Amino acid sequence: MVEAYQRRSALNHFGLAARANQGGHATAGVILGESAHRTIINIRGDANDAAFTNAVKSVTGVDVPTKANTVNKAGEVSILWLGPDEWWVVTTPDRSDELVPALRQAFQGQHAAVIDVSESRTVITISGAKARDVLARGISLDLHPQVFGPGQCAQTGMSKCNVLLHQTDDKPSYDIYVLKSFSDYLWQWTEKIATNFGLAIGA
Amino acid sequence: MFLITCPYCGARDEHEFGYGHEAHIVRPTPAEYEQMSDAEWAQYLFMRKNPKGVHFERWVHTKGCRRWFNVARHTVTHEILAVYEMGKPAPQIDTEKK
Repeated sequence: MVEAYQRRSALNHFGLAARANQGGHATAGVILGESAHRTIINIRGDANDAAFTNAVKSVTGVDVPTKANTVNKAGEVSILWLGPDEWWVVTTPDRSDELVPALRQAFQGQHAAVIDVSESRTVITISGAKARDVLARGISLDLHPQVFGPGQCAQTGMSKCNVLLHQTDDKPSYDIYVLKSFSDYLWQWTEKIATNFGLAIGA
Repeated sequence: MFLITCPYCGARDEHEFGYGHEAHIVRPTPAEYEQMSDAEWAQYLFMRKNPKGVHFERWVHTKGCRRWFNVARHTVTHEILAVYEMGKPAPQIDTEKK
Protein backbone atom coordinates (compact mmCIF):
# COMPACT_ATOMS: atom_id res chain seq x y z
CA MET A 1 0.00 0.00 0.00
CA VAL A 2 1.16 3.54 -0.75
CA GLU A 3 2.32 5.52 2.27
CA ALA A 4 -0.68 7.56 3.34
CA TYR A 5 1.22 10.86 3.42
CA GLN A 6 2.42 10.42 -0.19
CA ARG A 7 -0.91 9.31 -1.54
CA ARG A 8 -2.91 11.41 -3.97
CA SER A 9 -6.45 10.70 -5.05
CA ALA A 10 -7.12 9.85 -8.68
CA LEU A 11 -8.96 13.16 -9.17
CA ASN A 12 -6.47 15.24 -7.18
CA HIS A 13 -5.47 17.27 -10.25
CA PHE A 14 -8.96 18.79 -10.53
CA GLY A 15 -8.42 20.69 -7.25
CA LEU A 16 -11.79 19.63 -5.86
CA ALA A 17 -11.04 20.61 -2.27
CA ALA A 18 -10.41 24.23 -3.29
CA ARG A 19 -13.51 24.30 -5.49
CA ALA A 20 -15.66 22.90 -2.69
CA ASN A 21 -15.22 26.19 -0.84
CA GLN A 22 -16.72 28.23 -3.67
CA GLY A 23 -20.25 27.58 -2.40
CA GLY A 24 -23.45 27.44 -4.43
CA HIS A 25 -24.56 24.30 -2.64
CA ALA A 26 -27.97 25.71 -1.65
CA THR A 27 -29.11 26.38 -5.22
CA ALA A 28 -27.22 23.60 -7.02
CA GLY A 29 -29.18 20.87 -8.77
CA VAL A 30 -26.22 18.51 -8.60
CA ILE A 31 -23.35 18.18 -6.12
CA LEU A 32 -20.33 16.24 -7.33
CA GLY A 33 -17.35 15.10 -5.29
CA GLU A 34 -14.74 12.43 -4.83
CA SER A 35 -14.57 9.98 -1.96
CA ALA A 36 -11.01 8.73 -2.32
CA HIS A 37 -9.00 5.83 -0.91
CA ARG A 38 -11.94 3.77 0.29
CA THR A 39 -11.16 0.27 1.45
CA ILE A 40 -12.65 -2.17 -1.07
CA ILE A 41 -12.21 -5.90 -0.52
CA ASN A 42 -13.51 -8.40 -3.04
CA ILE A 43 -14.77 -11.61 -1.42
CA ARG A 44 -16.00 -14.76 -3.09
CA GLY A 45 -17.67 -17.77 -1.55
CA ASP A 46 -20.83 -19.82 -1.27
CA ALA A 47 -23.73 -17.80 0.16
CA ASN A 48 -25.61 -21.03 0.92
CA ASP A 49 -22.80 -22.19 3.21
CA ALA A 50 -23.41 -21.00 6.76
CA ALA A 51 -19.68 -21.27 7.52
CA PHE A 52 -18.99 -18.62 4.85
CA THR A 53 -21.77 -16.22 5.84
CA ASN A 54 -20.94 -16.58 9.54
CA ALA A 55 -17.27 -15.89 8.83
CA VAL A 56 -18.10 -12.67 6.96
CA LYS A 57 -20.50 -11.58 9.68
CA SER A 58 -18.00 -12.27 12.47
CA VAL A 59 -15.27 -10.15 10.83
CA THR A 60 -17.31 -7.30 9.35
CA GLY A 61 -20.44 -7.28 11.49
CA VAL A 62 -22.55 -7.26 8.32
CA ASP A 63 -24.76 -9.97 6.81
CA VAL A 64 -23.84 -10.99 3.27
CA PRO A 65 -26.61 -9.72 0.95
CA THR A 66 -28.03 -12.63 -1.02
CA LYS A 67 -30.65 -10.62 -2.92
CA ALA A 68 -29.32 -9.41 -6.27
CA ASN A 69 -28.28 -5.75 -6.57
CA THR A 70 -28.59 -4.95 -2.85
CA VAL A 71 -26.31 -3.59 -0.13
CA ASN A 72 -26.20 -4.43 3.57
CA LYS A 73 -24.69 -1.87 5.91
CA ALA A 74 -23.81 -1.82 9.59
CA GLY A 75 -21.82 1.03 11.07
CA GLU A 76 -19.01 2.01 8.71
CA VAL A 77 -18.99 -1.26 6.74
CA SER A 78 -21.13 -2.01 3.69
CA ILE A 79 -21.28 -5.21 1.69
CA LEU A 80 -22.27 -4.75 -1.96
CA TRP A 81 -23.67 -7.59 -4.07
CA LEU A 82 -21.70 -8.13 -7.29
CA GLY A 83 -22.83 -11.59 -8.32
CA PRO A 84 -24.26 -14.83 -6.93
CA ASP A 85 -20.92 -15.70 -5.30
CA GLU A 86 -19.09 -12.36 -5.24
CA TRP A 87 -19.27 -9.24 -3.05
CA TRP A 88 -17.36 -6.10 -2.12
CA VAL A 89 -16.71 -5.22 1.49
CA VAL A 90 -16.46 -1.43 1.45
CA THR A 91 -15.45 0.82 4.33
CA THR A 92 -13.43 3.87 5.36
CA PRO A 93 -9.82 4.24 4.11
CA ASP A 94 -6.85 2.23 5.37
CA ARG A 95 -8.66 -0.75 6.86
CA SER A 96 -7.37 -3.41 4.43
CA ASP A 97 -4.38 -4.29 6.59
CA GLU A 98 -6.74 -5.26 9.36
CA LEU A 99 -9.70 -6.75 7.45
CA VAL A 100 -7.96 -8.79 4.73
CA PRO A 101 -5.95 -11.03 7.12
CA ALA A 102 -8.99 -11.35 9.40
CA LEU A 103 -11.19 -12.49 6.51
CA ARG A 104 -8.52 -14.90 5.22
CA GLN A 105 -8.22 -16.38 8.70
CA ALA A 106 -12.00 -16.73 8.98
CA PHE A 107 -12.25 -18.44 5.56
CA GLN A 108 -9.62 -21.07 6.33
CA GLY A 109 -10.59 -24.48 4.96
CA GLN A 110 -13.33 -22.99 2.75
CA HIS A 111 -13.54 -22.59 -1.01
CA ALA A 112 -13.46 -18.80 -0.71
CA ALA A 113 -11.27 -15.87 -1.76
CA VAL A 114 -10.31 -12.46 -0.39
CA ILE A 115 -8.68 -9.83 -2.62
CA ASP A 116 -7.89 -6.24 -1.67
CA VAL A 117 -8.95 -4.04 -4.62
CA SER A 118 -8.92 -0.69 -2.78
CA GLU A 119 -6.25 0.84 -5.00
CA SER A 120 -8.05 -0.05 -8.23
CA ARG A 121 -10.95 2.33 -7.92
CA THR A 122 -12.03 5.73 -6.81
CA VAL A 123 -15.55 6.88 -6.00
CA ILE A 124 -17.32 9.80 -7.65
CA THR A 125 -20.18 10.96 -5.43
CA ILE A 126 -23.22 12.59 -6.99
CA SER A 127 -26.28 13.91 -5.18
CA GLY A 128 -29.02 16.48 -5.48
CA ALA A 129 -32.45 16.86 -7.04
CA LYS A 130 -31.04 16.62 -10.59
CA ALA A 131 -28.60 13.75 -9.96
CA ARG A 132 -30.90 11.28 -11.75
CA ASP A 133 -31.04 13.52 -14.83
CA VAL A 134 -27.24 13.54 -15.03
CA LEU A 135 -26.96 9.77 -14.60
CA ALA A 136 -29.70 9.16 -17.16
CA ARG A 137 -27.47 10.69 -19.84
CA GLY A 138 -24.98 7.87 -19.47
CA ILE A 139 -26.72 4.92 -17.81
CA SER A 140 -29.38 2.71 -19.36
CA LEU A 141 -30.77 1.51 -16.01
CA ASP A 142 -34.18 2.67 -14.81
CA LEU A 143 -33.35 4.83 -11.76
CA HIS A 144 -36.95 5.79 -10.94
CA PRO A 145 -37.42 5.69 -7.14
CA GLN A 146 -40.01 2.92 -7.47
CA VAL A 147 -37.43 0.70 -9.17
CA PHE A 148 -34.03 1.72 -7.80
CA GLY A 149 -33.76 3.14 -4.30
CA PRO A 150 -31.43 3.55 -1.33
CA GLY A 151 -29.57 0.36 -0.47
CA GLN A 152 -29.50 -0.86 -4.04
CA CYS A 153 -26.45 -1.23 -6.25
CA ALA A 154 -25.80 -2.27 -9.83
CA GLN A 155 -22.83 -2.86 -12.03
CA THR A 156 -23.46 -1.28 -15.39
CA GLY A 157 -22.00 0.92 -18.09
CA MET A 158 -21.87 4.70 -17.67
CA SER A 159 -20.81 6.61 -20.76
CA LYS A 160 -18.65 3.71 -21.95
CA CYS A 161 -17.04 3.08 -18.50
CA ASN A 162 -17.80 0.03 -16.39
CA VAL A 163 -19.05 1.31 -13.05
CA LEU A 164 -20.73 0.13 -9.90
CA LEU A 165 -23.58 2.44 -8.94
CA HIS A 166 -24.79 2.46 -5.33
CA GLN A 167 -27.67 4.64 -4.15
CA THR A 168 -26.89 5.69 -0.58
CA ASP A 169 -29.93 7.84 0.30
CA ASP A 170 -33.10 9.31 -1.18
CA LYS A 171 -31.89 12.90 -1.75
CA PRO A 172 -30.90 11.07 -3.98
CA SER A 173 -27.19 10.40 -3.47
CA TYR A 174 -25.14 7.88 -5.40
CA ASP A 175 -21.61 6.49 -5.19
CA ILE A 176 -20.07 5.70 -8.57
CA TYR A 177 -17.18 3.25 -8.25
CA VAL A 178 -14.93 3.52 -11.29
CA LEU A 179 -11.47 2.28 -12.21
CA LYS A 180 -8.90 5.00 -11.48
CA SER A 181 -7.67 4.92 -15.08
CA PHE A 182 -11.19 5.82 -16.27
CA SER A 183 -11.92 8.31 -13.51
CA ASP A 184 -10.38 11.38 -15.22
CA TYR A 185 -12.57 10.85 -18.28
CA LEU A 186 -15.69 9.97 -16.30
CA TRP A 187 -15.29 13.01 -14.03
CA GLN A 188 -14.96 15.36 -17.01
CA TRP A 189 -17.96 13.79 -18.70
CA THR A 190 -20.10 13.95 -15.55
CA GLU A 191 -19.06 17.52 -14.76
CA LYS A 192 -19.88 18.63 -18.29
CA ILE A 193 -23.40 17.18 -18.07
CA ALA A 194 -23.93 18.39 -14.50
CA THR A 195 -23.11 21.98 -15.52
CA ASN A 196 -26.46 22.02 -17.36
CA PHE A 197 -28.32 21.43 -14.09
CA GLY A 198 -26.45 23.82 -11.75
CA LEU A 199 -23.27 22.28 -10.36
CA ALA A 200 -21.54 22.61 -7.01
CA ILE A 201 -18.52 20.65 -5.79
CA GLY A 202 -18.94 18.77 -2.54
CA ALA A 203 -16.17 18.41 0.01
CA MET B 1 -31.68 -2.73 -29.14
CA PHE B 2 -33.33 -5.21 -26.80
CA LEU B 3 -33.44 -6.17 -23.16
CA ILE B 4 -31.81 -9.38 -21.95
CA THR B 5 -32.76 -10.76 -18.57
CA CYS B 6 -29.56 -11.82 -16.83
CA PRO B 7 -30.44 -14.78 -14.57
CA TYR B 8 -28.57 -13.02 -11.74
CA CYS B 9 -28.96 -9.24 -12.20
CA GLY B 10 -32.34 -8.98 -13.96
CA ALA B 11 -33.32 -7.18 -17.17
CA ARG B 12 -30.53 -5.08 -18.67
CA ASP B 13 -29.80 -3.36 -21.93
CA GLU B 14 -28.26 -5.41 -24.73
CA HIS B 15 -25.05 -3.32 -24.76
CA GLU B 16 -24.09 -4.68 -21.31
CA PHE B 17 -23.72 -8.19 -22.76
CA GLY B 18 -21.28 -10.06 -24.92
CA TYR B 19 -22.19 -12.81 -27.33
CA GLY B 20 -20.61 -16.27 -26.98
CA HIS B 21 -21.99 -18.17 -29.99
CA GLU B 22 -23.69 -21.56 -29.99
CA ALA B 23 -24.28 -23.30 -26.66
CA HIS B 24 -24.24 -26.98 -25.71
CA ILE B 25 -21.22 -27.96 -27.82
CA VAL B 26 -19.59 -30.87 -26.02
CA ARG B 27 -15.82 -31.14 -26.25
CA PRO B 28 -14.71 -34.68 -27.15
CA THR B 29 -12.86 -36.54 -24.44
CA PRO B 30 -9.10 -37.16 -24.96
CA ALA B 31 -9.83 -40.80 -25.76
CA GLU B 32 -12.35 -39.70 -28.39
CA TYR B 33 -10.27 -37.04 -30.08
CA GLU B 34 -7.26 -39.31 -30.49
CA GLN B 35 -9.48 -41.45 -32.72
CA MET B 36 -10.98 -38.50 -34.64
CA SER B 37 -10.11 -37.64 -38.24
CA ASP B 38 -9.26 -34.06 -39.22
CA ALA B 39 -12.66 -33.77 -40.85
CA GLU B 40 -14.42 -34.83 -37.65
CA TRP B 41 -12.29 -32.46 -35.59
CA ALA B 42 -13.06 -29.59 -37.96
CA GLN B 43 -16.73 -30.46 -37.65
CA TYR B 44 -16.50 -30.11 -33.87
CA LEU B 45 -14.29 -27.02 -33.94
CA PHE B 46 -15.73 -24.86 -36.71
CA MET B 47 -19.12 -26.00 -37.86
CA ARG B 48 -21.95 -24.13 -36.20
CA LYS B 49 -25.70 -24.07 -36.60
CA ASN B 50 -27.14 -21.08 -38.38
CA PRO B 51 -30.88 -21.57 -38.02
CA LYS B 52 -33.69 -19.35 -39.12
CA GLY B 53 -35.62 -19.77 -35.91
CA VAL B 54 -34.77 -20.69 -32.34
CA HIS B 55 -31.05 -20.65 -31.57
CA PHE B 56 -29.50 -21.77 -28.26
CA GLU B 57 -26.53 -19.57 -27.53
CA ARG B 58 -24.25 -18.28 -24.79
CA TRP B 59 -24.11 -14.73 -23.50
CA VAL B 60 -21.96 -13.06 -20.85
CA HIS B 61 -23.02 -10.10 -18.71
CA THR B 62 -19.80 -8.18 -19.34
CA LYS B 63 -20.74 -4.89 -17.70
CA GLY B 64 -22.67 -6.48 -14.82
CA CYS B 65 -21.94 -9.62 -12.85
CA ARG B 66 -19.59 -11.03 -15.57
CA ARG B 67 -21.37 -14.41 -15.47
CA TRP B 68 -22.01 -16.62 -18.50
CA PHE B 69 -25.46 -18.02 -19.16
CA ASN B 70 -27.54 -19.56 -21.97
CA VAL B 71 -30.20 -17.87 -24.04
CA ALA B 72 -32.75 -19.27 -26.48
CA ARG B 73 -33.29 -16.57 -29.09
CA HIS B 74 -35.36 -16.47 -32.25
CA THR B 75 -32.98 -15.33 -34.96
CA VAL B 76 -35.68 -13.66 -37.04
CA THR B 77 -37.64 -11.75 -34.42
CA HIS B 78 -34.82 -11.54 -31.82
CA GLU B 79 -37.40 -12.60 -29.26
CA ILE B 80 -35.71 -14.14 -26.23
CA LEU B 81 -37.65 -17.29 -25.42
CA ALA B 82 -35.66 -18.58 -22.45
CA VAL B 83 -32.73 -17.66 -20.24
CA TYR B 84 -31.10 -20.39 -18.20
CA GLU B 85 -27.91 -21.05 -16.28
CA MET B 86 -24.76 -22.71 -17.52
CA GLY B 87 -24.87 -26.48 -17.20
CA LYS B 88 -28.66 -26.68 -17.52
CA PRO B 89 -30.09 -28.60 -20.48
CA ALA B 90 -31.73 -26.67 -23.32
CA PRO B 91 -35.44 -26.17 -22.61
CA GLN B 92 -38.10 -27.55 -24.92
CA ILE B 93 -39.45 -24.72 -27.03
CA ASP B 94 -42.45 -25.04 -29.29
CA THR B 95 -40.97 -23.65 -32.49
CA GLU B 96 -44.19 -24.07 -34.49
CA LYS B 97 -45.93 -21.43 -32.40
CA LYS B 98 -43.32 -18.78 -33.17
